[in-house]
Amino acid sequence: MNGFLNIVSKDLRLALRQRSDLTMAVLFFILTAMLFPFGLGPEPNLLARIAPGIIWVTALLSVLLSLERIFLADYEDGSLEQLVLSCASLEIAILAKVLAHWLTTGLPLIMAAPLIALLFNMDTEAITILLIAMLLGTPSLSLIGAIAGTLTLGARRGGVLIPLLVLPLYIPTLIFGVGAIDAAMNSLEAGAVIANARPHLLLLGAILLVSLLITPLAGAAALKQALE
Amino acid sequence: MGKSLFSGENLTCVRGGRNVFIGLSFHLTESSVLILEGPNGSGKSSLIRILSGLLRARTGTLTWQNEDATNEPEIFQKHIHYIGHRNAIKPVLTVQENLSYWSGLDQNDTDLDKALDQFNMLPLKNTPANLLSSGQSRRLALSRLLASRKKLWLLDEPSVGLDVASVKLLEHVIDQHLLTGGSVIFATHSPIDVKAPTRLNLREYSPLYNNALINLDDEEECWV
Repeated sequence: MNGFLNIVSKDLRLALRQRSDLTMAVLFFILTAMLFPFGLGPEPNLLARIAPGIIWVTALLSVLLSLERIFLADYEDGSLEQLVLSCASLEIAILAKVLAHWLTTGLPLIMAAPLIALLFNMDTEAITILLIAMLLGTPSLSLIGAIAGTLTLGARRGGVLIPLLVLPLYIPTLIFGVGAIDAAMNSLEAGAVIANARPHLLLLGAILLVSLLITPLAGAAALKQALE
Repeated sequence: MGKSLFSGENLTCVRGGRNVFIGLSFHLTESSVLILEGPNGSGKSSLIRILSGLLRARTGTLTWQNEDATNEPEIFQKHIHYIGHRNAIKPVLTVQENLSYWSGLDQNDTDLDKALDQFNMLPLKNTPANLLSSGQSRRLALSRLLASRKKLWLLDEPSVGLDVASVKLLEHVIDQHLLTGGSVIFATHSPIDVKAPTRLNLREYSPLYNNALINLDDEEECWV
């Protein structure tokens, strides 16, 4: 437990000292999402309808940008070898690194999402569901992405490989993330919003639980392989 | 002769389809030093990585304190401290932050100061690591040895980048480690003066330098 907190606090401190890393993903998120109204024209109904898809897709892409950061710097400066040797459990260490990544990428995205949602004329109930869906969905993005981060460590130009590995695996999160908000926006009665979005949110939770289980195991195996 | 700490029998290392060394054996007793020598590419770093458990040998056995650890590197991993070519230093953290992260200790712990002092790094305690010279970075990496007490130190060319005075500090630290019952295995090209070392020259186990092993090398490849 001590080692877990130690790794999280070090990664957070590194992110705070190198603020460009911290702000890059969230600025990319805001700027790309802002391009769509310019491209599609200022039609409130159309924008509100496509907003969930746009917000989720741009969030996926912003997370993608930052995935290489999780392990590559540590791999290059030798910290990863030390981590493998000094940690009682490599699986816990990977979870710590993923948590730090989510806190510095996923959480800022969630905080920026309402701003973009307002820009797209989404109503407040849909925004609430959007936030719940992102809270459940973005940790899965970090977890799944971490596997790709470990798998591409030894490869030359591994950063280019990461999107190819990760994007297909992000599809379920995208489907249910958008589905939850669509269901909320299409519900006719005010009280039915949560009830309609519920199945989608539960499935997002299920994806999170599965990736919580798989990532430490797959990541640890891939890390050991990368360090040989 | 002290108690046996770590030994390997008939170790063979294959990297990228090529035999790096063949049939290497070594024996390390408690409170002793083993120096790995040999020309470039003879497998010093590979051997050290095998002994740290990061790399697996193709054949051979490893024994830690009379316990077979060939397939369970976890047995000895918690007793070793490995320092490779790379220093594992984060440039944006200060010297002290780097050290306290790896030792997992509290910020104000005096042991960290002592560890830094042994390598004459205490004046640089609050300096960001990106301002350190390569020799100072190396000394910071080495001071981790003292911040987390492990029985066996595995050092891959520890004196690279160090000036004469710093090599003296390293020799002193190694001597102290031996006195407290620790052991050291290191690979080096430059002389590091320690008490009663055993030497192992990897030249004779390397097909690159020992012609007697070349046939063996071919046989191995056919077999694979």
